Amino acid sequence: MNETPSQTAGPFVHIGSNPNWVELTGVWDRDLGLVMVGPETRGERILLTGAVFDGAGAPLTDALVEIWQADANGHHGRDPSFTGWGRQPTDATTGLFRFGTIKPGPVAFGTGTGTMAPHISVWIVARGINLGLHTRLYFADQADANARDPVFTRVAEPRRHTLLAHPEYHDGPPSYRFDVYLQGPDETVFLDI
Amino acid sequence: MRHDGPFYPRDRTWHPAALTPGYKSSVLRSPRHAPLSLEATASESTGPVFGHDIIGPLDHDLIRNHARTGDAIGQRIVVYGRVVDENDRAVAGSLVEIWQANAGGRYRHAREGYLAALDPNFGGCGRTVTDADGFYSFRTVKPGAYPWPNGVNDWRPAHIHFSLFGHAFAQRLVTQMYFEGDPMIWQCPIVATVPTRAGIEQLVATLDRRNTVPMDALAYRWDVVLRGRRATFFEDPRA
Repeated sequence: MNETPSQTAGPFVHIGSNPNWVELTGVWDRDLGLVMVGPETRGERILLTGAVFDGAGAPLTDALVEIWQADANGHHGRDPSFTGWGRQPTDATTGLFRFGTIKPGPVAFGTGTGTMAPHISVWIVARGINLGLHTRLYFADQADANARDPVFTRVAEPRRHTLLAHPEYHDGPPSYRFDVYLQGPDETVFLDI
Repeated sequence: MRHDGPFYPRDRTWHPAALTPGYKSSVLRSPRHAPLSLEATASESTGPVFGHDIIGPLDHDLIRNHARTGDAIGQRIVVYGRVVDENDRAVAGSLVEIWQANAGGRYRHAREGYLAALDPNFGGCGRTVTDADGFYSFRTVKPGAYPWPNGVNDWRPAHIHFSLFGHAFAQRLVTQMYFEGDPMIWQCPIVATVPTRAGIEQLVATLDRRNTVPMDALAYRWDVVLRGRRATFFEDPRA
């Protein structure tokens, strides 16, 4: 059997994913994926922000961004106090997305003893995107681990920087910035996984 | 012993290409580099799990879940089907989300520009979790066709947007469902991004006369196929 073909999420994806955010209230109380971390969650709290830019340099204000990641011990879906999954709309004016999460631990790779550097899987849909785009976010302040990561190092060296989230220094929890470029000289590396 | 192996590679000739100029929004939003192909790791072969407990009693009933003064206006329909993988195995416990225009072709959204009337009793979103056999069902009204800014006189066929999670981030899929017999399907630039007629036909729900609810609602059946995994019968020699 063939996988059902993809179609664009269109301009109104938030009606389905985040109805309360687009003032479609009273159907259900809470949109899924907004809160990832609870008081019991182990790990370093971090804030992820960024935007998705089109080929003309404009941020997408109608996109939906999902992330999926390991817990602080490097396991997916094991810590009951951590969803591992987040979903945020890009802001209707600024195009910014914003996730409150934790820094993931290194994740086992293959069946041996190898590991992948801490990373977060990212998936983006929007009007004009015919098939959801997968990429990965690595942390720029973990250069040594990144240099040993089997996926990061598969990427041609001149394009690796497009997968890096950069620390931002200001008050509050440690914050990382991850911008995605759909086209242009800094086009993000997307994954066929 | 059969084990779940890696996912079958996604057939990118079956899906729309990133750049499809007939659908103008894709021009500035399509990556130009080929994606980097990798076998899924633990980060992609796992995914979020949603229990039936997150679903409210009216979440799957778009005729009632935004009702203010009565039922939503329009042709009452049941849309149901089975979610399976490429090996025809049921995908149980998958979150399925839908969104759609109302019977007049109008979305409830601040950026919607179409002049068709809003229905105070219709919101346009629904969600459910597939049962043990992979089945989902929604009750809703048939959405209207509507014009959209692409060419000067382009119209979308009646459609319902679907979002499916499966069991793995690699299976994540967003697509659209169309209605059997609708001539508008074959003139739509977004439908036409799917390269083959057989692929387009996979997006069309069939009128299911036998499951029509007497004196109430027509039934449409639409099955969804998510990515499947290779069977492995041997230990990984690289281990």
